[in-house]
Amino acid sequence: MMLEVANLTRRFGGFTAVSRVSFALEEGEILGLIGPNGSGKSTTFNMIAGMLRPTEGSIRFAGEEIGGLKPVEICHRGIGRTFQIPRPFRRLGILENVVTAAYFGQRERVSRARAQAQAEEALALVGLPADPRAEVAGLGAAGLKKLELARALATQPRLLLADESLGGLDESEMDQAADMLGRIRRDKGITIIWVEHIMGVLMRVVDRVIVLDHGEKIAEGTPRAVAEDPKVIEIYLGAERVAFAGDRPA
Amino acid sequence: MSAGAALPRRLPPLAGLAALAAVPLVGLGNYHLHLAITILIWGFVYTAWSIMGRFGMVSLGHGAFLGIGAYVTAMLWNAFGLAPWIGIPIALALAVLMAFVIGYPCFRFRIVGHYFALVTLALGEVVRLTIVALRDHTGGSLGMTVEGVAGGTSLLALQFGDRGAFFYLALAVWLGGLWVWRLVDRSMLRYALEAASEDEDAAASIGVDVTRAKLAITMLSAAMTALGGALYAQYQLYINPETVSGIGISLQIVFAVIAGGLYVQAGPTVGAVITLLLAETLRVAVGHDVHGLDGTIYGLLLVLFIIYMPQGVSGFALALWRGLRDGGARRADAGAAAR
Ligand SMILES: Nc1ncnc2c1ncn2[C@@H]1O[C@H](COP(=O)(O)OP(=O)(O)O)[C@@H](O)[C@H]1O
Ligand SMILES: [Mg+2]
Repeated sequence: MMLEVANLTRRFGGFTAVSRVSFALEEGEILGLIGPNGSGKSTTFNMIAGMLRPTEGSIRFAGEEIGGLKPVEICHRGIGRTFQIPRPFRRLGILENVVTAAYFGQRERVSRARAQAQAEEALALVGLPADPRAEVAGLGAAGLKKLELARALATQPRLLLADESLGGLDESEMDQAADMLGRIRRDKGITIIWVEHIMGVLMRVVDRVIVLDHGEKIAEGTPRAVAEDPKVIEIYLGAERVAFAGDRPA
Repeated sequence: MSAGAALPRRLPPLAGLAALAAVPLVGLGNYHLHLAITILIWGFVYTAWSIMGRFGMVSLGHGAFLGIGAYVTAMLWNAFGLAPWIGIPIALALAVLMAFVIGYPCFRFRIVGHYFALVTLALGEVVRLTIVALRDHTGGSLGMTVEGVAGGTSLLALQFGDRGAFFYLALAVWLGGLWVWRLVDRSMLRYALEAASEDEDAAASIGVDVTRAKLAITMLSAAMTALGGALYAQYQLYINPETVSGIGISLQIVFAVIAGGLYVQAGPTVGAVITLLLAETLRVAVGHDVHGLDGTIYGLLLVLFIIYMPQGVSGFALALWRGLRDGGARRADAGAAAR
């Protein structure tokens, strides 16, 4: 198992944001993590990525317990992450953002030349130009998401945590982004957890889906099985219709 | 091809260096040589501050490192006859240790921005008060005289009766400061610190050890500042707690760098010229006795600079020059297109 999460719980004061969530992930798999706003997806991510300490439960990555480790250590062990709202370094150029990730993001020291080459490769993978003069200010919403992804990829992760990478994109951009995650898994063999609150495009690419609601896991299975699950239909009916296979909420 | 292209670009700095090296030879007279040495020493100190200040780590307490550099070197010499060649490394080590002791908790617990400035503000004062309190050894607020050697010149004691000789020492140290600035500017440490100064969580998520990066630059800056303090003591052969520690000098450092330009290699040195011109003008205009006036004027100017010219004089000049050059190029393009 690449990742095994068991009884993961996080409380903020008296409020339980994530409650006894368990799941496991095989190497090379793409897992979709869905659920309405506030259901605990980002909190789960932040615990795996080391930004939040779990209140209870365990997180094992490649056989070792990583719960409570610092983000730098998690990154060096081979878990890359993107942020739900892109957080680029605007004082650095686009290429410099990604070179920084390649240079500092790996456990073994790499030369600057190697970091540069890896950054160019990551940018090519997401479809951004590796122009040393290109600035972050020139990127739109889709470009910023790509930069976020390139930066995470440049740290040479074995597991990629992609947080709501498609919010704010139009339909064709969403399709492109979904294809890109599929390609990253296929070409680079990177295992992916993809968090999304829109179900549509995600269902096309992922192998398996787990559904969170109010911090609890309420369903797990193939995209089709989950989309037909009455509990899932119920929680999604309130805000938006269950959407898959090209059908998207307005 | 590259050598041919590099030479014209290197020509202005080389010519500038040659001109600087000739300064003591043209018979400037003691007063102007003194001004030149003062600019070099303070230009170095300001450069030392700017290598961390440029990453938003605004220290209001660099007087602490300056004071340690000056006093430790002078005290070891006066009390034990320990030559500055040994005294300066000891002083630098102490300054670096202090930077670590203050920096580590600050960076570890993410004390940034105004809070960081406040912590460091206290630091400069603590060192000044310590110097005053140890008056039996330091001379207290009366200051202390570095014991001169017979004849005035001794390489061992790092004392030069001849201003011209000291000028070359100061020039070498100042050039070393610019070289370090450039080294940092081209290093991956700069990328790490630019990233951390903007978003520590995002920087950590791509493997940047923020605490370590900040500590590294702070310790480097502290060591350089202490060296500047020691150099100042060796030059003046007299130091007092007001001129090398405490709030006054700490704020002057910040003012000078912001006025001169925080993001340009020559900026801190331009700041040294500006502060010197200001101090000399004030001295001539109102006399030496109006205590606190220079501080008030620095404060006022600092506010004006931050509001109207945040990139400093050299940053402003650079932007102006680039604007003229690019504007000129654009006009030429437009002319060509019209034809
Ligand atoms: N740092 C925090 N302090 C208090 N409550 C938080 C914090 N982070 C998240 N929460 C709460 O936890 C719940 C889950 O949030 P989150 O994991 O961001 O949801 P999702 O990503 O699924 O939209 C929300 O109700 C949110 O308000
Ligand atoms: Mg979220």
